[in-house]
Amino acid sequence: MIALPEPDAAVLARRDTILRDLCRLVPDGPFGPGVIGDAVRLRVYETDGLSAYRQPPLAVVLPTSTEEVAAVLRYCHKEKIRVVPRGAGTSLSGGALPLADAVVIGLMRMNRILEVDFDDRLAVVEAGVTNLGITQAVAGDGFFYAPDPSSQLACMIGGNVMMNSGGAHCLKYGVTAGNLLGVTFVTIEGEVVRVGGGHLDAAGYDWLGLITGSEGQLGLVTEVTVRILRAAEGARAMLAAFRSNEVAGQVVDAIIGSGIIPVALEFMDRPAIHACEAFANAGYPLDAEAMLIIEVEGDTAEQDDLLGSLAAICNRFDPISLRVAETAEQSLAIWKGRKGAFGAVGRISPDYLCMDGTIPTGELPHVLRRIGEMSDSYGLKVANIFHAGDGNLHPLIMFDANDPDSFRKAEAFGADILKLCVEVGGCLTGEHGVGVEKRDLMSVQFTETELRQQRAVKSAFDPDWLLNSAKVFPLEGNPALAPRAHG
Amino acid sequence: MADRIDPADEAGVIEAVRQAVAKRTPLAVEGRGSKRAMLRPVQAGRTLSTGGLTGITLYRPEEMVLSARAGTPVAEIEAELARHNQVIPAEPPDLAALFGHAIPSTIGGMVATNLSGPRRIGPGGALRDQLLGIRMVTGHAELVRSGGRVHKNVTGLDLCKLLAGSHGTLGVLTEVTLKLAPRPEAGLTVALPVPGLAQGVAALSAGLGSPYGVSGAALLPAGWRGSGGPLAVLRLEDFARFLPRRAEALRGLLSSFGAAGLIEGDESAALWRDLRDAAPLAAAPDQAIWRISVRPSAAPDLCGRLDQAFEARLLLDWGGGLVWAAGPATAAAHQAVMAATAAAGGVFTLFRAPDPLRVAVPVLPQEAPALRGIADRVKAALDPAAVLNPGRMR
Ligand SMILES: Cc1cc2nc3c(=O)[nH]c(=O)nc-3n(C[C@H](O)[C@H](O)[C@H](O)COP(=O)(O)OP(=O)(O)OC[C@H]3O[C@@H](n4cnc5c(N)ncnc54)[C@H](O)[C@@H]3O)c2cc1C
Repeated sequence: MIALPEPDAAVLARRDTILRDLCRLVPDGPFGPGVIGDAVRLRVYETDGLSAYRQPPLAVVLPTSTEEVAAVLRYCHKEKIRVVPRGAGTSLSGGALPLADAVVIGLMRMNRILEVDFDDRLAVVEAGVTNLGITQAVAGDGFFYAPDPSSQLACMIGGNVMMNSGGAHCLKYGVTAGNLLGVTFVTIEGEVVRVGGGHLDAAGYDWLGLITGSEGQLGLVTEVTVRILRAAEGARAMLAAFRSNEVAGQVVDAIIGSGIIPVALEFMDRPAIHACEAFANAGYPLDAEAMLIIEVEGDTAEQDDLLGSLAAICNRFDPISLRVAETAEQSLAIWKGRKGAFGAVGRISPDYLCMDGTIPTGELPHVLRRIGEMSDSYGLKVANIFHAGDGNLHPLIMFDANDPDSFRKAEAFGADILKLCVEVGGCLTGEHGVGVEKRDLMSVQFTETELRQQRAVKSAFDPDWLLNSAKVFPLEGNPALAPRAHG
Repeated sequence: MADRIDPADEAGVIEAVRQAVAKRTPLAVEGRGSKRAMLRPVQAGRTLSTGGLTGITLYRPEEMVLSARAGTPVAEIEAELARHNQVIPAEPPDLAALFGHAIPSTIGGMVATNLSGPRRIGPGGALRDQLLGIRMVTGHAELVRSGGRVHKNVTGLDLCKLLAGSHGTLGVLTEVTLKLAPRPEAGLTVALPVPGLAQGVAALSAGLGSPYGVSGAALLPAGWRGSGGPLAVLRLEDFARFLPRRAEALRGLLSSFGAAGLIEGDESAALWRDLRDAAPLAAAPDQAIWRISVRPSAAPDLCGRLDQAFEARLLLDWGGGLVWAAGPATAAAHQAVMAATAAAGGVFTLFRAPDPLRVAVPVLPQEAPALRGIADRVKAALDPAAVLNPGRMR
């Protein structure tokens, strides 16, 4: 288990006063209360997508405007109360996990679409608009918001900005950072700053780039200006199955080497194929060791052309099966299993940890072999899903949450996988963030000097370390916690 | 020269910064100095060059990733990439003509200025979006890495983005790692004469809002390449066999704006190279050049204001989102640019100007008060003794 810091007793003792003050700053609205303080309703917020960790916060505030967010931050800053920002709470790294002495600021009531401009190809939305909500608002005119995390139905754009989230199509369209134009940013002192706007490049320091992916460490985001893109004329997928992970890895190299960049290039290993097939009946080949889903875009003739070239490449590697979708429906069928992958693994094992390292793609066979060995030695099953084009690996480690020993093993197994990712030239997290989950592994990837430098940049924004403390950076170097941690 | 330090390796850079801090003698940080005339002259007696740190250290075409030491000339990298049919997707410009010299750009300098060409509007984004990793020496004389060599990485604060475009004021880049893309097999240009800027930007927006994969959208001034009026140009790049149909479809889509022609082959490639390098503005070396980033629909009005204030030579790229303006190197002209940019909600860079002007005026927009404090503290966090490029940005 990853340690959470001792709560500040003085803050806990002032709880009633704090709740009263917050109620004044964020009054109840027509859609619900502005502040939540009772134990039963606080439990709704006690965890996020990393549900093995639970901690009800001191209070939850649900502001409806940038001004209210600023007022709450001003208050917390003055009173030296810790703050945990929260979108939909789908973080898989415990990024939105509350602390006992912290106020959770939930952005879900800020869910308005403020502006859509097709000529300038942008949309201005509040932080609590869901990822899919943006695409739905512009799809009628043939546009979309490109980054598409699998959680897109629930996760919110503010959370996407803070995690720099990716998706299945970032091979072509990039991650969140490349699809942003600006944010309304509120500092811990409660100052409201507009960063970026409707234009593409910053002049001066790239604050937008630094804020993106900062996991709530630097400030809160209340509004986001995103780029919207015209959707392609069409898209179609194919499925190719192979005898070994090595061969499938070679196919990925051959595809990239051919100069064709598919919009998606997804890899599943044998356990993942079996889990998904049992769940979705997508017709996946159960005799395969590895399977690729490859998707291309263009008009029908271009799709035929590209899929033909890709099939020819696959055929050079003796595929077990090759299925090229002829229609949009067949394409959906190919994707059906992959899209339900988390649910599918959840059916085999209700409890699993979803890891998120990135590796140089050429290391895939080696890494999968090592993960297989670890799986044997820990006695825990694992299924691997891999964004093969960009090296982002998602091993799903299955465990039994009723057995504390099983959970401890799963965490240790996960840590070993991430260390391996760093060892082969990759990183701890490709899209889910460090959160609490990987906090203590940061020293595997970074030197103490590098961590000190990152902490100094955080301190420039948040000198008292009130924002999402106890996340991202190991506790030892945390200036706000270290003295207490050492008694 | 005694006042120029040319280390051959990273250790030498660390030592140079260490001494600068110890002796409190600031450094002008540069690659080979090809962009020395950008922004404001640095107030430092000594120059630290990374020009001696050269060489590609990693190139995996099948992983679309390349690392090179900071002083490696961009042209050398591009030549190596060309052998594998790959490119740096952001299409970084070659500004030698604009600055009136023949000094090659280094990759470190390119990243430190975060300059992208026409393809910046495409899904690949800006050079900073393709920056996977850096090694840098901070003002603490310490080596700090950020990012890595893999395409997806959200581990820790993204110092890569902070350093891209920091003009050597936060750290000395010693090595960078970039994400690559296949070189498009072919490209062609749909060219549409337009009566004015507003119609031109509207036509570019229509093209960029189409599903045909426009990878460049610019507005050329009248007179360039012999055109009688402004010319909207839209580039399509992909496999050659896909382009004729898409060009036809795009011309059809644009027919309400007028009849568009085609520019193909080398002529098209040359046009986009010139646009990338802002070549039409290179003439008149004593004039000032501004680079303005703005919401595309605000560009025509912005350009109108500039035109009223001085005789502006204008070039629009990024669908109107990037305005290059050339005009007299006077404080009055600069005031006009600042006012027009602020009114348009955009940002400006005084890109090139004779020393007297760039010493006298803000070369970048002033930051909001809350960000100014943060900027000071971030600068102090990375360069507490303020030895790196003092005065360059403000
Ligand atoms: C089933 C499932 C599938 C997923 N698939 C993907 C995927 O494909 N790709 C991917 O990248 N991720 C994926 N995720 C992870 C998760 O959905 C993303 O990290 C998402 O961006 C989180 O958004 P959220 O609104 O839930 O944010 P939260 O979980 O509420 O918060 C995320 C982090 O951002 C901070 N934060 C949130 N909002 C703000 C704000 N307005 N201002 C400042 N800080 C804020 C929080 O403190 C926290 O640190 C998946 C998660 C699940 C459960």
